[in-house]
Amino acid sequence: MTRFVRSWLGIAATTVTLAVGGGQAFAQKELVFGLQCDRTGPTANVGTVLCPGYHDYIALVNSKGGVEGYKIKVLEIDHEYKVPPAIEAHERFKKEGAVLEGLYGTPQTAALNKKLEEDKILGTSPGFGTASAADGKRYPYTFPIAASYWSQGGAAVAFAKEKLGDLKGKKIAYLFYDNPAGKEPLPILEDLAKAEGFELRTFAVPAPGLEMGAQILDITSRYKPDFIITHLFGRSPSVSIKELKGKGFPLSKVVAFVWGSAESDIIAAGGMGVAEGYNTMQFAGVGKDFQVLKDIEAMYKAQGKTPPKEMDSTVYYNRGVFIAALHVEAARNAIKAKAGAKPTSEDVKKGMESIKGLTLGGLLPPLELTAADHEGGGWVQIWTVKGGKLVKVKDWFQGNRPTIQKHLAADAAKS
Amino acid sequence: MFHRESGVFKTSYGADMALYPLPIAKWTVVILALIFVVIVPLTVHEYYLSILNLIFIAIVGALGLNILVGYTGQISIGHGAFMSVGAYTAANLAVKLGLPFWLTLPAGGLMAALIGVIVGMPSLRIKGLYLAIATLAGQLIIEWTINHVPAISGGAQASIEVGRPNLFGFTFNTQGRLYFFLLFFAVVAIVATLNLVRSRIGRAFVAVRDQDIAAEIIGINIYRYKLLAFAISSFYAGVCGVLYTYYFGIANYEQFQLIVSIDYLAMIIIGGLGSVLGTIFGAIFVTLLPIVIRIFMENVGSLFFTTAEMANVISGLRLGVFGGLIIFFLIVEPEGLNRLWRNIRSYFRVWPFSY
Repeated sequence: MTRFVRSWLGIAATTVTLAVGGGQAFAQKELVFGLQCDRTGPTANVGTVLCPGYHDYIALVNSKGGVEGYKIKVLEIDHEYKVPPAIEAHERFKKEGAVLEGLYGTPQTAALNKKLEEDKILGTSPGFGTASAADGKRYPYTFPIAASYWSQGGAAVAFAKEKLGDLKGKKIAYLFYDNPAGKEPLPILEDLAKAEGFELRTFAVPAPGLEMGAQILDITSRYKPDFIITHLFGRSPSVSIKELKGKGFPLSKVVAFVWGSAESDIIAAGGMGVAEGYNTMQFAGVGKDFQVLKDIEAMYKAQGKTPPKEMDSTVYYNRGVFIAALHVEAARNAIKAKAGAKPTSEDVKKGMESIKGLTLGGLLPPLELTAADHEGGGWVQIWTVKGGKLVKVKDWFQGNRPTIQKHLAADAAKS
Repeated sequence: MFHRESGVFKTSYGADMALYPLPIAKWTVVILALIFVVIVPLTVHEYYLSILNLIFIAIVGALGLNILVGYTGQISIGHGAFMSVGAYTAANLAVKLGLPFWLTLPAGGLMAALIGVIVGMPSLRIKGLYLAIATLAGQLIIEWTINHVPAISGGAQASIEVGRPNLFGFTFNTQGRLYFFLLFFAVVAIVATLNLVRSRIGRAFVAVRDQDIAAEIIGINIYRYKLLAFAISSFYAGVCGVLYTYYFGIANYEQFQLIVSIDYLAMIIIGGLGSVLGTIFGAIFVTLLPIVIRIFMENVGSLFFTTAEMANVISGLRLGVFGGLIIFFLIVEPEGLNRLWRNIRSYFRVWPFSY
């Protein structure tokens, strides 16, 4: 018993000492970025690829001397898609003096919106979180930085219109994950259905979304739509591809929102060859044909290592690079504005709000962040599976922007 | 804690049942109060206060679950849903009617108690695993209802933003201030539970748990007490949900899904069923262990790996170590951390004459 107690006291003591001593050694010229990840929770398929992308870009920046002379230190915390650990992560980032943080997950973003504002640390929520956070006046410290679900809904309808010609009298099915994130684009879709004159019917898939035979059968055999918009998460996109394929629905008449658009989703559905024609929506560039990715590969080779296998999963990896690039740019703007002095988190927020014209060779959309627009315009691309790989069929575009702006204004007036 | 009880003689039932078994225990409480009310908030960094805050909320919820599972022997996997009932009740009252927290908090608890009684009704007919499934159904029905009824959820986002709690113009808006807010409710919950379990009701609960037929024979109305247990337990859960709502500034049902119910069950099983102190240990253990493991590995791991490599290692290892430690502790002491603590204490009670 004594030995047992003593050994545990020993471990506890070591932990505490390390915990207290650990965070102290701060280099003078160093900026701390916080990154929340989900590497082990229900959406681990995203986190295990996206987060390495983030780290690699930061490592690349550091290997080239950092941002304006500042090295970047990334603190990553895996919250398993749970809310309390996300709160703890934010407090930890705050303690370590993080100038910004990357959020992950819609409920986590919802729970942190207020804290970010109180603590004056900006948080980015690319492709998830609340659509109304695009309004910088309402949520001053939350930055969607990429197309929100509203913008994705607008873009999906615009793409359908392009495919079908006129939408009047056409039938569109919306297959979605039955949670708040899945339901978020509904007001936009309903509005557009009225404006464009198409019929919209919604099909909810209950969590965890691995069984949707009934919904797909209902869509393909009874409703027989002209086009399907899917908005699914985790492992469910691959199930939807497999089921639609099985029922013989042409995948070229399907477009998926950004979280059902990765190579891994298509491969899990039976491979690229099976999903010919499947349309995916992207908020960051896809593929390896970008200078920055070649630089990262070169960095690994220079260190005598092989580039990580995550790089092959380009959809999520590039999104990690996308987030990191915007974070770095915000810091760069902030440092420049202060003429080289160490920026505070509020300076970095202003830096983020002045990002413009950063494209990274097409990996990023032509987004423009301002104090009023934290979404940067809601740009997306459409990539389609053709001949065993994802091919770009529609370059950066904003779909039905006026409708989205109308909703943003209405939402702002409500609060 | 480290007191000796020689020379203390109890001469009445009252003395035997007293909250403080020894006179010196009062001083322990005073010292604990001093530590938590004065020393901790003055000396500890805000980050650690935020962890304590999460622990305080977890203690309230876990105590409620322990009353039901540990003391009354009724298994429930619907605890997370009861929290969401409290959370949405309070958020709706706070936003639509503009009520202050000292009204929304009990209201959230009472609404959760009401729903808890309804979900607990099958307990009158079934026990054990069957009841677990019935409460699981309750969890899913409540989740679905909140998700699909805009009048409750406040729209497609199913989240309602609430302001920070405010008392006579004083706003609890920093971790340091929320610390006192949450500490107060954690202490109230602990004291209330300690008193509940030594009262007539608490003893009836234990009787129902140990053998419900026997309990009925000695005159305990088991229907009444089983439903009462569900009501009280759900009241705690509701209050816990309200505290989460005020702490996060938002009510969102995705914060109270099935996994939360399981986490809370884990807390009381690791801590010790049917023990208040065990519940506190369990809440601390489950909340703190992942953080401690991560901080430990960050510091040790940074000697061997780069940040990017380590992130990958930590996530996986942390889950493994967490699971492994739970198994380890339950093998060492199946009755939970509370029993482990008692063993340590009884060892030191006779120390150094341990034989």
